[in-house]
Amino acid sequence: MTAALNVEQVTKIYGHGSAALRAVDSVSLAIQPGEFVALVGPSGSGKTTLLAMLAALLTPSEGRILIDGDDLSRMSEKERTVFRGRKIGFTFQANNLLPFLTALENVELMLRLNGGLDAEGKLRARALLERLGLGDRLNNLPSQLSGGQQQRVAIARALVHNPAVVLADEPTASLDTERAFQVVETFASLIHEQGRAGIMVTHDLRMVKYVDRVIHMVDGVIRDEVRIPQAIETLAKTSSFEAARSEAEAQQVSIPTFAARAPALVASGA
Amino acid sequence: MAFYLAIKEFWRARGRFLLFSLVIALITMLVLLVAALGTGLADANRQFIDKLDADLLVVQEDNDLVLTTSRLDRQTLNGVRRINGVEAAGLIAFSNGSVLLPAGSEAEDIDVSLVGIEPGQLGAPELLAGQPLRDRYADQVLLDERLAADLAVSIGDRITLRTVQGAEQESFELTVSGITEERAYFFAPSVYLPLYTWEKVRPQAVGGGDGQPIGNLIVVTLTDPSQTELISARVLELVDGVEVADKETLVRAQPGYTAQQTTVEAQRGFALVIGVLVVGGFFQIQTLQKLPQIGMLKAIGIANRTVALSTLAQIVIVTAVGVALGTAVTLLMALGIPPVVPLRFTPPNMLAAIAALMLIGPIGGMVSVRLAVRIEPLSAIAQGK
Repeated sequence: MTAALNVEQVTKIYGHGSAALRAVDSVSLAIQPGEFVALVGPSGSGKTTLLAMLAALLTPSEGRILIDGDDLSRMSEKERTVFRGRKIGFTFQANNLLPFLTALENVELMLRLNGGLDAEGKLRARALLERLGLGDRLNNLPSQLSGGQQQRVAIARALVHNPAVVLADEPTASLDTERAFQVVETFASLIHEQGRAGIMVTHDLRMVKYVDRVIHMVDGVIRDEVRIPQAIETLAKTSSFEAARSEAEAQQVSIPTFAARAPALVASGA
Repeated sequence: MAFYLAIKEFWRARGRFLLFSLVIALITMLVLLVAALGTGLADANRQFIDKLDADLLVVQEDNDLVLTTSRLDRQTLNGVRRINGVEAAGLIAFSNGSVLLPAGSEAEDIDVSLVGIEPGQLGAPELLAGQPLRDRYADQVLLDERLAADLAVSIGDRITLRTVQGAEQESFELTVSGITEERAYFFAPSVYLPLYTWEKVRPQAVGGGDGQPIGNLIVVTLTDPSQTELISARVLELVDGVEVADKETLVRAQPGYTAQQTTVEAQRGFALVIGVLVVGGFFQIQTLQKLPQIGMLKAIGIANRTVALSTLAQIVIVTAVGVALGTAVTLLMALGIPPVVPLRFTPPNMLAAIAALMLIGPIGGMVSVRLAVRIEPLSAIAQGK
């Protein structure tokens, strides 16, 4: 199965000469359709820079990124803009929605952008919002919605045009814990149902509870990559990579199939 | 897409946009009023000369083409008439007086231009009603239609003209023989008198002048109007003490005319510049407030062209609404402006002003369109980090 997203030896260097900073250093990863990945790490770890490159908003200094088999580095600025509209779904930390469009119109915007809004698209936008519990909020403006509702509208917008990759930048930053869990849970189930490759940048390790893989970045490199469900659960509970690591090791021993399928825990780089 | 976004945003924030359209409407009114004032003042100054039936105008030499101090006698007129290629020529004389209102009237006397003409000769105005002046000595006048309306007199009525002669105020009673179209000479409506009657009535040092009338201007028509230059040269060569000009040159040479028009033009220019700055400022602030939103739009795949077009479309809509509103209000106001105010709304001057006003939006908005285009889509995820 081809990956929806392929990152091959991607490096981003800011500045040059002795002042050069390798914000992202030779990162490689592949994400399959239907897989939901959390990208975590302290500020300055390079996770936002990596996200920007995955989003075709920033060009890597080295390496290449393929989405659905298309090489981003071979595209012009204009082509990348069109590509973002077609193949990528976005939710941002804030300022997600156009304040002058209703919830439904905000979602439909992605369909208008991709060659027009037909009856089928309208139904899909509506169904998606209903699935996200906003059936009675379709015609409300963002200012009439709570932060969690706005974030859910953004999720619907990120999915409605059937993108290959869905990128969520701190989707829970402005939400209280309970709403944050609800939002991420719904997001995860939609990514699984619809078979998108989902990437969520978060600094809140409790939110990794619903993801399939956690990528931990430190100083521009991938420090840990957690795939084992029990380890992820431990990480979500304790917010400690140490605890997750021992849990993974325990699982590797007791359930060898996990170890056989993939390395449970990769400590790489620094 | 661009228009969808522009119109949706316009409609949802219509209060704010309409408020701004109101500002543009006020600027529109200012610009239209100044333009109308410019035309009105120019008309009041030049209407008489503009409406003359003439290919050439002859005035006294070495007098900077100033009409009021130009002196031309009948000999000069005859000299001009004799020139080959001159179809007709007529002498016109100007002075000032006032028309006395009937006893018991509350209003003040009306200041008028006393225009001396030769009945039947070039320079006599066309009549809208009534009879031409009988002869050069008739106790008759022709009235400008606006004056006739203001005075509420009709053909056959008698009016009283008053002028200062010596130290005395002299009154002259004359019969209205005909009504002419409106022709103000330097703001004052015209009363036409036969040249010799005019010579008696006009203000002068000693009353009852009996000499030959002296005029200010000779109007000339040519058998072949395309030969203006040739005939001008002949007039200058064959007639002593004269200068020749066309209408435009003569109007511009009158004291105050150019200064007045320049002032009005400058006012209009400033109003437009203020408009550009106001539109520019408003949209710049609006765009600055929308920076995160525009970054988000670009990140989700909306092209720069769409963002620019959407901003431009809003500017055009807001400007068009404002200009339409301002024009409508100005025209309504114009209905209530008394005729003495020299405001003249003509289609050409209004269209020119409206075209200029429609341009101030896009010109003022250029800066904000540029700003919107320059926003990095990356800002959508870089914010707050």
